[in-house]
Amino acid sequence: MTGLSYLELLRLTAPEIIVALAGFLLLVLDLTFLRQAALAIRFRTAMVAACIACVLALVLLESGSAQGTLPAGMLVVNSLTQLVQMALLALAIFVLLWVDGARFTTHVGEYCALILFATTAMMLLVSTQNLLVIFITIEFLSLSLYILTGFDKDSPQSAEAALKYFLFGGMSAGILLFGMSLLYGISGSIALQPIAVAVNASPGDPLLTLAMVMVLVGFGFKIAAAPFHMWAPEVYQGAPTGSAALVASSSKVASFFALFLVFYLGLMGAAGSAAWGHYSAGWVPLIAILAALSMLWGNLAAIAQTSVRRVLAYSAIGHAGYMLIALVAHSRESLTALVYYVFTYALATVGAFGVLAALEGEKVDSIADFAGLGKRAPGLSFCLLIFLLSLAGIPPLAGFAGKFYVFVAALEIPNHFGLLWLVLLALVMSVVSFYYYLQILKQAYVSEPKPAAAAISVPVTTRIALWTTAALVVILGCLPDMLLNRISAAVTSAFQ
Amino acid sequence: MSSFPLISALTLLPFAGGIAVLLLGRAGRSAARLTAVVFAMASLALTLLLWRGFQPGLPGMQFQEWHAWAPALGLQYHVGLDGLSLLMLAVSSIVVLMSIAASWSNLKQGPAYFSLLLFLETGLFGTYTALNFLHWFLYWELSLIPAFFLIRIWGGSGRARAATQFFVYTMVGSITLLLAFLAIFLASGSFDFIELTQMAQTGQLASAIAQNLHWHQWDSGHITMVLFGGAFLGFAVKTPVVPFHGWLGSAYAEAAPETTMVLTGALSKMGVYGFLRILLPIFPEQMWRARTILLWLAVATIVLPALTAWAQTDLKRMFAYSSINHLGYCILGIVAVAGSTGADASFVSAKAAALTGVMLQMFSHGITAATLFWFLTLLERRSGGLLGLDDFGGLRRAMPVFSGLMGIALFASLGLPGLIGFPGEFLIFKGVFPLSWWAAALALIGLLMTAVFLLTVLQRVFSGPLRERWAGLQDLTLAERCMLAPGVALMFVVGLYPQLISGMLHGTVMQLVAQVRF
Amino acid sequence: MLAWTIYLSFLGAVAVTLTPAKSPAVARVTALLTALAGLGIAIVAIMHADQSGQVITIVRTPWISHLGIEYHLAADGISLILVLLTGIAAVAGILFSWNVERRVKDFFALYLVLIGAVYGVFLSFDLFLLFVFYEIVMIPKYFLIAIWGSTGREYAAMKLVLYSFAGSALVLAGIIAAYCVAGQRSVSFEVLARFPFPVHFQMWAFPMVFVGFAVLAGMWPFHTWAPTGHAAAPTAASMLLAGVVMKLGAYGCLRVAMMLFPRGLDPWGFRVLGFGSWQQVFAVLALIGIIYGATIALVQKDLKFVVGYSSVSHMGFVLLGLMTLNQIGLSGAVYQMFSHGIIAGLLFAVVGRMVYDRTHTRDLHELSRIPLGRLIPFAAVTFVLASMASIGLPGFSGFVAELQVLIGSWRSFPWMACIAGVGILIGIAFTWRALQATFLGEADTAASPQQAMPPITLPERLGACLLLASTIVLGLYPRFLMDLILPSLNSPLFEQLRRGAWR
Repeated sequence: MTGLSYLELLRLTAPEIIVALAGFLLLVLDLTFLRQAALAIRFRTAMVAACIACVLALVLLESGSAQGTLPAGMLVVNSLTQLVQMALLALAIFVLLWVDGARFTTHVGEYCALILFATTAMMLLVSTQNLLVIFITIEFLSLSLYILTGFDKDSPQSAEAALKYFLFGGMSAGILLFGMSLLYGISGSIALQPIAVAVNASPGDPLLTLAMVMVLVGFGFKIAAAPFHMWAPEVYQGAPTGSAALVASSSKVASFFALFLVFYLGLMGAAGSAAWGHYSAGWVPLIAILAALSMLWGNLAAIAQTSVRRVLAYSAIGHAGYMLIALVAHSRESLTALVYYVFTYALATVGAFGVLAALEGEKVDSIADFAGLGKRAPGLSFCLLIFLLSLAGIPPLAGFAGKFYVFVAALEIPNHFGLLWLVLLALVMSVVSFYYYLQILKQAYVSEPKPAAAAISVPVTTRIALWTTAALVVILGCLPDMLLNRISAAVTSAFQ
Repeated sequence: MSSFPLISALTLLPFAGGIAVLLLGRAGRSAARLTAVVFAMASLALTLLLWRGFQPGLPGMQFQEWHAWAPALGLQYHVGLDGLSLLMLAVSSIVVLMSIAASWSNLKQGPAYFSLLLFLETGLFGTYTALNFLHWFLYWELSLIPAFFLIRIWGGSGRARAATQFFVYTMVGSITLLLAFLAIFLASGSFDFIELTQMAQTGQLASAIAQNLHWHQWDSGHITMVLFGGAFLGFAVKTPVVPFHGWLGSAYAEAAPETTMVLTGALSKMGVYGFLRILLPIFPEQMWRARTILLWLAVATIVLPALTAWAQTDLKRMFAYSSINHLGYCILGIVAVAGSTGADASFVSAKAAALTGVMLQMFSHGITAATLFWFLTLLERRSGGLLGLDDFGGLRRAMPVFSGLMGIALFASLGLPGLIGFPGEFLIFKGVFPLSWWAAALALIGLLMTAVFLLTVLQRVFSGPLRERWAGLQDLTLAERCMLAPGVALMFVVGLYPQLISGMLHGTVMQLVAQVRF
Repeated sequence: MLAWTIYLSFLGAVAVTLTPAKSPAVARVTALLTALAGLGIAIVAIMHADQSGQVITIVRTPWISHLGIEYHLAADGISLILVLLTGIAAVAGILFSWNVERRVKDFFALYLVLIGAVYGVFLSFDLFLLFVFYEIVMIPKYFLIAIWGSTGREYAAMKLVLYSFAGSALVLAGIIAAYCVAGQRSVSFEVLARFPFPVHFQMWAFPMVFVGFAVLAGMWPFHTWAPTGHAAAPTAASMLLAGVVMKLGAYGCLRVAMMLFPRGLDPWGFRVLGFGSWQQVFAVLALIGIIYGATIALVQKDLKFVVGYSSVSHMGFVLLGLMTLNQIGLSGAVYQMFSHGIIAGLLFAVVGRMVYDRTHTRDLHELSRIPLGRLIPFAAVTFVLASMASIGLPGFSGFVAELQVLIGSWRSFPWMACIAGVGILIGIAFTWRALQATFLGEADTAASPQQAMPPITLPERLGACLLLASTIVLGLYPRFLMDLILPSLNSPLFEQLRRGAWR
């Protein structure tokens, strides 16, 4: 490739490099100096080092590191991607902060390093507009996540989840790649911009349709939209809490962002319409179907679950459905809404998993195990209340503002109210979702604790992470302007 | 006329008394009783003050007070009185005082009883003076509640059923009345009786109804008839007019006789008052149209209860039905007057006589019936609860004073000349004969029946052989005699000098006669 | 200053959680003082309210500028009287839950959060803000019932919350749609009330939003949460639930659905099953609610269910009043909101606190065997007065309210007024039956052991007196509220409603 300046590359990827280097450093550190140290110390050191790296990267991004574009859209760094990267880093920090209390493995260095690698992959994923780079980073991300999922070697569930995740993931990667190669075949390019030109020229090409379907299926697996969600419940349930949180939050943020970019930038010409009475073929109707299916299946199946993690998994499928609505609307406004939604969703999900992580020692799995949590750990259960209510979309928490904005964006598109059916379905399903969230909260606050249950102690770092997350959820809900204006400005500047 | 709001003061006085009784009642029953008597006396005094200040010759309302209340609802605070109201105020305050006196030594009846009685008195006063429908309706309903509890709590063994019956009947009537007036308000925009009366006379009301109420292409005559029916039902239940009298027998019989004194003496007048104040002036045309049915109902109200009373074996029930019969004369008088309004506008003097008679009869029945039930109270207390017609006999010998005085009351009730019952009934018949001779003739049967059963009472209870067990019955004590004396005296006074009452009514009657022309 | 009703309640909730766990009395007193302060503010605000029907803005500041959403608190006469109602109900509720012993701090904290959010709904003049407060209400409501409730509390709480959440989902859809259609980047009432929405849009937005709110107002057939919820809730919660929360729904129907989409009430131009407009449909539903609620109340065995169904019946009058679309009917509906709030509170206080907490049964048959009238005469008198108020005897606020609704419906649908009259009769019957069984029952004193009952406490007396005084004052002096309601109904906000279907 011509004209690629390595210096430029280094400048643009400085934050990713920091994170990745920190990952290697951690590996070395843990394998050499800390080999003999006590497990607790190893965990703490790894946590501190990894967090420092993330914070450094965060500061670098915030202080306005370089922006620019590499040829063929290989790397597109603008304020929007930086914003998403910052969110990814923040989520990674939250996940890392709970590591302090974890005891499920002795491979401390590897665990933390993999979290950092996954984060690096996601950071790269969001800052590219090139199909090849997208595929590579997705694979990089997926590999890290497969391992993270199977990290608890004592648990057969963990191994089963990892295998399932790997099999489905591998298959979806194949489909995705196939789809991408078809796109290349149509357009002769792997960058999104030339593809967009080619698609505009011949939107009705059957090959294009096939390509779109395949790309969609590939991403569908990543974001766990129904009917490609089968791995999700097992992974959420079987994986170590930190890994599950990563799968549930930051990988969602990155995948949704990438998905939006691919379709919005690359395939706009073949969008079609899912508006009621104004149907026309394209990827929008496909996504609308995915969205409807995800909302329906995710929320309805969640009712039947007894395990809290599986409830979260199915609710995540439902949420994927809500977020796909933003994709169906495919406007700038809806991108702003999507970014806001996925941020706040990830925050609340990380928070909810954080509570589960804090309860790891209690072997909490089924909803009934939460009985009397309000008495045993008042702080913890208050945080859980905030996270779950935010997920349910109760104002004035962040989840509500996100939902409101997504729906507004969906209804604001031309063809007055063509998407009303989707919004109404989403609203109905949010009622359903409220039911199962409330079931968990009911156990925590209404039911009496089991006689033998004692108070629960939570490590300080976890506590800090949880309270910060909860505070963010509340603040972003009460004052959504703080984040929304920033996203909106970034979106505007990114798509001038 | 004095600027002091005498009527408001009069209405509030027993209410304040009721609360005072409740508060002082903690000090014991006698304190409560004393307070009650003081307030009842004060009410009577205030009524007499009004009586003195009243100018009988003037038509229209006197002592009027008018304040805005809730203009949006057509609700004003508008009170005033004419001769009819004044008469009713007098009956009410006298009867309530008598009733309190009658329960002087009934230990079952504590502070709560007296305060309810005083609340009831407020309801009565309010009903007889309020001139705005809503305002009036407030008191109309409020008088029902204390009455209900008086029956419900202090009544006899069947009190629950009796009280419920009483309440349900009255409530149904009230609702239809309310709905009818709501419709009238919608059409006319007014709840004021005086205004409505004027509108009815000038025909504005009919045109307003025709204009503003359209239900399914009914013509306005039908609509007005329905409205009249609703209002009529309300008053007919309260009076009661015959097919709607089912509640009365058990209510009067199950209530303590002291309570029945108020029910029959004061409360039953509310219905007749409604006929005179509301139905006759506001719906003259409808009453005229329905005259045949109404006359038959009036006759039935006179004759059937008289027959029923004859068949009773319980003294209380007997007097209860006789009470319906007596009020039947009032209804007959009113209906007869209304029945000759349309085409023939003559008979002014007959109508005046009939209406004067009706009002006199209301007064006299109030006093007589209350006195009679007072005697029953005394008898029941002495006999230990027995009040069957056949339980007694020859009481004349055991308790001569009692028998004598009660005899006077019975004759008064019968309408013997010289006693209070006579002038009223006489004037009614005098008025009704020219207006509707057949109804008057039929009503005479009722008069006969009344005579028959009252004489039966006299004979069965007071004469004949004295039974063993009643030999020791104590005659009236001095205190009881003193308390009863004014009532009996009043029977003679009014009987011999009816102008005392009818003099007050002249203006009112003439106005009413003038009003019931359309 | 009115905004402090909201802030104070939330601050009070925080303060209650910070009180020492050892002494529940401190928590109670803190809660009571907070509620009293709210009531005081409401009273002062009403005293100073000018009667021109103007909307008085309290706070107005940009909130989510990106979406044009404002933090806008304001009040007109209707808001003011409902704020007053909330104040009264809050104080009374706390007085009647003085005997809560379990998790006292949590109870009062949740209670104050609920109160604060209710104040918020009544004072919001931005649709988004209103919705935020409307949803906040739900959470404490759920926990109050689920934790401190009685029979079937978890089921009832869940049912209640799901119903209201489903209703609010419809409302939310309506809000978003209105926002997008108006395209003014604002959901302020001032902007939207003036915006002429296309008629075909109003035709579907109106019923959607109306039904959404009416769920909470207990409209038949969406009323089923009400009786179970009321019956299961602890006394204070059912007082608030019937007293205030159901009013939120009715308030939303008027303030949002009818004010913003008045043309939705216009005739359709065709007839379906004899109905020619949404006005007729909802009027009939309200009417069914009146009759149905009363009839079911007539056959209930559980005293609280009787009162619960009576609420459905009485709220039917509110909805019927709204659907009359004339001034007197609407003012009657608002008046009924207030009146029913007070009366239902009173009934639940007697049934839940005075009777149930002492006898531990609500079964009418069992209660009739206890000589309650003699054991707790104060409760008997209170219940009698409350029943009288409930059946709409003149002199109590219920009469003024139902009277106006009846007049209004005479004007719009005469036959409905007659049926509503029948509803009142059935209402009398079931109130009657409850009264018979509880306080007038022929208790066989010999058969039932005379268990000594704790006497009626001072807080109970104070609470009962507060509520009784309110209903009687408003029954005897309706102008107190009417002078606030009528100018508000004539204000520019309701301009479109007046111009449209108003008769």
